[in-house]
Amino acid sequence: MSGLSTHLKRLEAESIQIIREVASEFRNPVMLYSIGKDSSVMLHLAMKAFYPAKPPFPLLHVDTTWKFREMIEFRDETAKRLGLDLIVHINEDGVRRGVSPVASGSNVHTQVMKTEGLRQALDKYGFDAAFGGARRDEEKSRAKERVFSFRTANHGWDPRNQRPELWRLYNTRVKPGESIRVFPLSNWTELDVWQYVLAEEIPVVPLYFAKERPVVRRDGALIMRDDERLPLHPGEVPELRRVRFRTLGCYPLTGAIDSDAASLEDIIAEMLASTTSERQGRLIDSDEAGSMEKKKREGYF
Amino acid sequence: MHAPLPSAVALAESVAEKSLLRFLTCGSVDDGKSTLIGRLLYDTKLVFDDQLAALEKDSRKHGTTGEAIDLALLVDGLEAEREQGITIDVAYRYFATAKRTFIVADTPGHEQYTRNMATGASNADLAVILIDARKGVLTQTKRHSFICSLLGIRHVVLAVNKIDLVDYREDAFDAIEQAYRAFAAPLGFREITAIPLSARDGDNVTTRSDRLPWHKGPTLLEHLEAVDVESDATSKPFRLPVQWVNRPNLDFRGFAGTISSGTVRPGDEIVVAGSGKTSRVARIVTMDGDLASASAGDSVTLTLEDEVDIARGDVLSHPADRPEVSNQFAARLIWMQDERLLPGRSYLIKLATRTVPATVTSLKHKIDVNSLDHLAARTLGLNEIAEVNVETGAALAFDPYADNRETGAFIVIDRETNATAGAGMILHGLRRATNIHRQASSVDKATRARLKRQKPAIVWFTGLSASGKSTIANLVEVKLAARGQHTMLLDGDNVRFGLNKDLGFTDADRVENVRRIGEVAKLFVDAGVITLCSFISPFESERRIVRDLVGDGEFLEIFVDAPLSACIARDPKGLYKRALAGEIPNFTGVSSPYEPPKAPELTLLTTEASVEELADRVVEALEQRGLIERV
Repeated sequence: MSGLSTHLKRLEAESIQIIREVASEFRNPVMLYSIGKDSSVMLHLAMKAFYPAKPPFPLLHVDTTWKFREMIEFRDETAKRLGLDLIVHINEDGVRRGVSPVASGSNVHTQVMKTEGLRQALDKYGFDAAFGGARRDEEKSRAKERVFSFRTANHGWDPRNQRPELWRLYNTRVKPGESIRVFPLSNWTELDVWQYVLAEEIPVVPLYFAKERPVVRRDGALIMRDDERLPLHPGEVPELRRVRFRTLGCYPLTGAIDSDAASLEDIIAEMLASTTSERQGRLIDSDEAGSMEKKKREGYF
Repeated sequence: MHAPLPSAVALAESVAEKSLLRFLTCGSVDDGKSTLIGRLLYDTKLVFDDQLAALEKDSRKHGTTGEAIDLALLVDGLEAEREQGITIDVAYRYFATAKRTFIVADTPGHEQYTRNMATGASNADLAVILIDARKGVLTQTKRHSFICSLLGIRHVVLAVNKIDLVDYREDAFDAIEQAYRAFAAPLGFREITAIPLSARDGDNVTTRSDRLPWHKGPTLLEHLEAVDVESDATSKPFRLPVQWVNRPNLDFRGFAGTISSGTVRPGDEIVVAGSGKTSRVARIVTMDGDLASASAGDSVTLTLEDEVDIARGDVLSHPADRPEVSNQFAARLIWMQDERLLPGRSYLIKLATRTVPATVTSLKHKIDVNSLDHLAARTLGLNEIAEVNVETGAALAFDPYADNRETGAFIVIDRETNATAGAGMILHGLRRATNIHRQASSVDKATRARLKRQKPAIVWFTGLSASGKSTIANLVEVKLAARGQHTMLLDGDNVRFGLNKDLGFTDADRVENVRRIGEVAKLFVDAGVITLCSFISPFESERRIVRDLVGDGEFLEIFVDAPLSACIARDPKGLYKRALAGEIPNFTGVSSPYEPPKAPELTLLTTEASVEELADRVVEALEQRGLIERV
């Protein structure tokens, strides 16, 4: 807590309170770990919340099989370094059906490999609470999301049927089969996250830092060819560009930005000068208006 | 193309010591509230190019400003409300300047959304109350101000918007400010700052307007950056509600929680509020190393010098300044669900880290949020506010809300649906409970029961009218009497001639009816008597209250399960006929609900066996449970 500004200290303390509350009140919680910067911060807060003990819940990664290779390496290293249980779940049914962002498009791929995969994993292990790293400032439809977001036994999210949240008193009661998604970073902004990563020296995936990478330009986005599975269009040749990523996901769906920011300080400086939002790099949001809201109703995190 | 990097100065500013201000905005769409927040985000450069492009597209589709960009669309998020043009829930927005970061709770102003405003206000230190300069102080302005005051907000900005539409006139602004100050005087605000502005054009929002030269005060943003809302939480008495007991191994036992108020240091003597046990703080443990002190708002882990029995829900304080401990208190309550509050019904309340069963023992009066008048009431509906007395199933440690927002606030949870049914703010503890001491009697329940060679219990028959409850209960009593058992039969109709003749058939009266019967039945159980009760008792929660009155195994719920059609066909008193004709209001099964027991000790299907057989089954159940001896 030493080098943090007042407002980061406050955010940190509030998130720790939320994480402890879930561990106290739920039978079988899990932390969704998506490997990105937000997940890294959330995990760091969980380590702090229970120190000197380890967090009393496992990590879960829903692997779509199309994540950047560096993400998977980082994931396994992190679990090992911190000595935590990591559950990796892949929607095998989707794999058998050959669902992929290349063959099926972003909508179907995300629905099957991410949304359905997540539901499968939650059902399989009977988790009654799942932490996620989403922030309210990411997207308009998230601005009204609760810290404790109630889901029906079918993982449905009904925006009109969410519980009011007063003070820091969270209603954690659920019936068998129902569950709660918990967002400890609700009140953090993208800038808060990076400043906290810097102040606390939290490791993040190297893809956030600028480096020469092989990319192709598609629909205005710079897509990195992370492996041979991304077919090249006739005449298309990957070019080496100095790029980095503001958000991480499935590599064919994640746009890079031209950047020279090779350190955390550079990233923060670049963000302060930025004129676009971080979600701009995500191809899945721009499918249609209100698309995030629609995905959430169906059980997307 | 790379954007130019900001200067080292700008970077330093962004990580400098910055404070956090949480405020809420109150007003309706018509007052320009969404436009004002959109303006703050836009002017503080929190709107990015891609969002602006989406906004331009949206403005043409949904906007109300013609060709100009409609800033309100920046913040009206969900599809449903964009189409309806209203804000339906609390939304949170984030922006920052070089001096402060801000969390804005954006709450709707319609009457039916008192609940949302209370939610937004519960975590805010300041309220921006919007007024349309053409309309002045309206009923809704008063409502918003009252709710802010109720939730403990002490700083108010009166944003007199649309000042352009009254030609930037100073006298119009002055009249509104004076009217507001006169109205708000009794609400206990520490500070009110009135600012004339136009959210649509940006005057006095973030930049000073030369069209309002007479305004000498700050712009809205200047005020938000400078206002001092530092509560004195750190200098108040120390409170730590224990959230989690941390035991990684036998050598470490830490008590984790977020400090509600005050400051704690190693060596401090502390006391557990409930048990009165004391110890001293050994260490304040964090992953970044031990701390020399910790204060309000910090999430920490304390270790103590002695082995003291402490669990989640306990509150730690300094011995010289402890919280109150009681199972009864007076509170203000805001009701937040459609299902009405019924005094006497069992709910759960969560206060700090403790959750306990509780009932409202009396509803003193409702408060009209528009006029602040006190109104008599027997129940409370959605968005209504009342002063109540609460009794909890176990003693709680708390402070008055006015002294401590963390240890003086609670939520009410519906035991059937798990919904957050209400929110409460404690006024003061009630001493009643501590001044009436139970008279211990020398002959106890066990002795009385032994003399009767039986174990007492409440045998509770529930079911629809004309299901056969009373007939079966009567026959059970005949059979028990024949075996020499001591019994009493309480029957719905008979009780209503005497003890409960003042009660009708509304939901509230039904709850009170069952509560009184439960207390009477409990006295009979204390006397060692097997007490047969035959009551429709339609609500699960009231049956549970009676169950909770007596010990484990002393309450047997018998569900007399007859189909409604059979009851209507039987109808010995002709009541269904009249109810179906609409002559009897609130008739269970017809115009009032019946909640079947979820886990009764015994279910009797009246269509499958004779009354004789069903009565035998009840007697058998009493034998099996060892209440009476087998013959």
